[in-house]
Amino acid sequence: MSWLLQRLFGRLPVGWLQLTHNRTRFFAALAGVAFANVLVFVQLGIMNSMSAATVRPYAFFTADILISAPDANTLTDGANVARQWLWQALADPEVAEGMGLYVANVPWDRGMTDISLTTFGVDPFQPQFLAPALAPTAGFLQLRDGAVLDRLARGFKRTEAAAISPATPLSFETENRTLTAWSTFAGGGGFGADGYMLVSDQTFLRLFPARRAGAPDHILLRLVPGAEAAAVVTRLRAQLSDPGLRIRTFAEAKAEDLRYQQTRRPTGVIFGFGVLIGVLVGLVIVYQVLSSDVADHLREYATFKAMGYRPGFFLGVVFEEALVLGCLGFLPGLIFGGGILALMGKVTTLPLRMTPGMAASVFLGTVAFSALSGAIATRRLAAADPADLF
Amino acid sequence: MTGITIAAAGLNHWFGREETRKQALFDVSLALPRGSFTVLMGPSGSGKTTVLTLLGCLRSVQAGSVRLLGQELHGAPEAHLVALRRRLGFIFQMHNLHESLTAAQNVMMGLQVHPGIDQATARAAAARVLGLVGLSDRVDYLPAKLSGGQKQRVAVARALVGNPALVLADEPTAALDKDSAAGVVDLLRRMGRARGTTTLLVTHDSRILDRADRILTLEDGRIVKVEDRS
Repeated sequence: MSWLLQRLFGRLPVGWLQLTHNRTRFFAALAGVAFANVLVFVQLGIMNSMSAATVRPYAFFTADILISAPDANTLTDGANVARQWLWQALADPEVAEGMGLYVANVPWDRGMTDISLTTFGVDPFQPQFLAPALAPTAGFLQLRDGAVLDRLARGFKRTEAAAISPATPLSFETENRTLTAWSTFAGGGGFGADGYMLVSDQTFLRLFPARRAGAPDHILLRLVPGAEAAAVVTRLRAQLSDPGLRIRTFAEAKAEDLRYQQTRRPTGVIFGFGVLIGVLVGLVIVYQVLSSDVADHLREYATFKAMGYRPGFFLGVVFEEALVLGCLGFLPGLIFGGGILALMGKVTTLPLRMTPGMAASVFLGTVAFSALSGAIATRRLAAADPADLF
Repeated sequence: MTGITIAAAGLNHWFGREETRKQALFDVSLALPRGSFTVLMGPSGSGKTTVLTLLGCLRSVQAGSVRLLGQELHGAPEAHLVALRRRLGFIFQMHNLHESLTAAQNVMMGLQVHPGIDQATARAAAARVLGLVGLSDRVDYLPAKLSGGQKQRVAVARALVGNPALVLADEPTAALDKDSAAGVVDLLRRMGRARGTTTLLVTHDSRILDRADRILTLEDGRIVKVEDRS
């Protein structure tokens, strides 16, 4: 490290020597930086997992356009839409096919706890609306009270899930009906429910007798090959006479949902603030370390000033210290942060993990903010008047 | 002006402003020939340190003239002053070594202020000068492991390593016992002679006087006595 800095700065690594002179303080400073890193990693991880969990249900379907009620901010909330809009939309020459999507949460008694499954009712005779990985299970949904369960649902034992097969289906009760799971798919817990379940629209309506076939939660449309979704959306907005309908391309709906979760919902805002607080805590820790280091060495700095060193030299020393703290504090931060995220992910089944993008942005942020606090800390150097040394 | 390292003429200096403004120096003039060893004496508060900081480019000249190495300091821009400081060697009352740096590294700092000196050269030069001050066996010691006299000798080495034209020392022996003090002064004197370095030393210490070429006595901001020994 010393050698590297010597090469980098072309002089004695004064900052490094100064930092490492007091070992206890050096390790305390590194622990502080690492702690701030862990804080940011965990908050970022939670924020990212919220985004991933938000868009996850979109991955179960293959569609080009989504028609929803005006208050449907996500795939799992909002009022119903009348099925008549589906028929009207099909009148558009570029709309190939459509499907009503029914959504509700069902509780599943797991003995010690109840878990909640977000249940999608789909048309089992239109498997093309399901994601390629799910389409083959449509046959099971055609069976009366047949279901496909989320094997990653929170509270659902992995061994129990793995045992489910067409030969050994799992029957269970929910909403006073007995459903039979013939197969499983990979979903995962989110913030609104513990997992997902797929049933046919008929089964869905039997589970929820109050719901009507004529009022699905969303309408999914698929277009003829080569059609442009945005153009069709514009056309449909003009043709469907209810101005309150939300007609968006599927990708647009997904992006809007994400934006809504991140900026309008308390969870998103809270985790966003968490990241900000982590960054501020890190800034304060590094600033504290660097500014007390500058204050402790004012006499030496004044001596160097008297010897003819320029302000740039002192800035360089503090930047060198910031770089050392930022780099060496990052490693333990990465290891601990990654470990904590992995552990939290395991417990919550939320998609919590350390991504290279997160690691890179936190690293760059750490070094940049360290340098920033270093620059603030050197302002004290103006007080190091060499004339006072005599 | 050949042969004169630094000359001050009609130097006046004030501290404070408006009602509290107080004159510290009155019409101070002096000239130090190249290679001379001059001692500046005087009671505390007489302005010795003010003279030293003015000569050492650490304070701006208010009135009068200081010519250092042929350059006028009065009204000189900061960049000029910084460049001139690099041609001086300072020795402070307290050694002012950097506690995190070894003896050699401290001395290297005196050299690295000049751009373009590579590490190996600087280190070799530092070791050589430490040898000259009798510390060849303490090259890689941290200041905390050195005695007061040894630390002050490292400070001397740091001041001399860049081959300065002028060494300014502010009571360098104040914190030392008799033997160490004599050792440090002899060292300065010897090295000054050998390298043609001009030395100005501020002191209270009468033991040093018999080693000086010239003794200036300052009282209440005025030079009251000039005594030539050589």
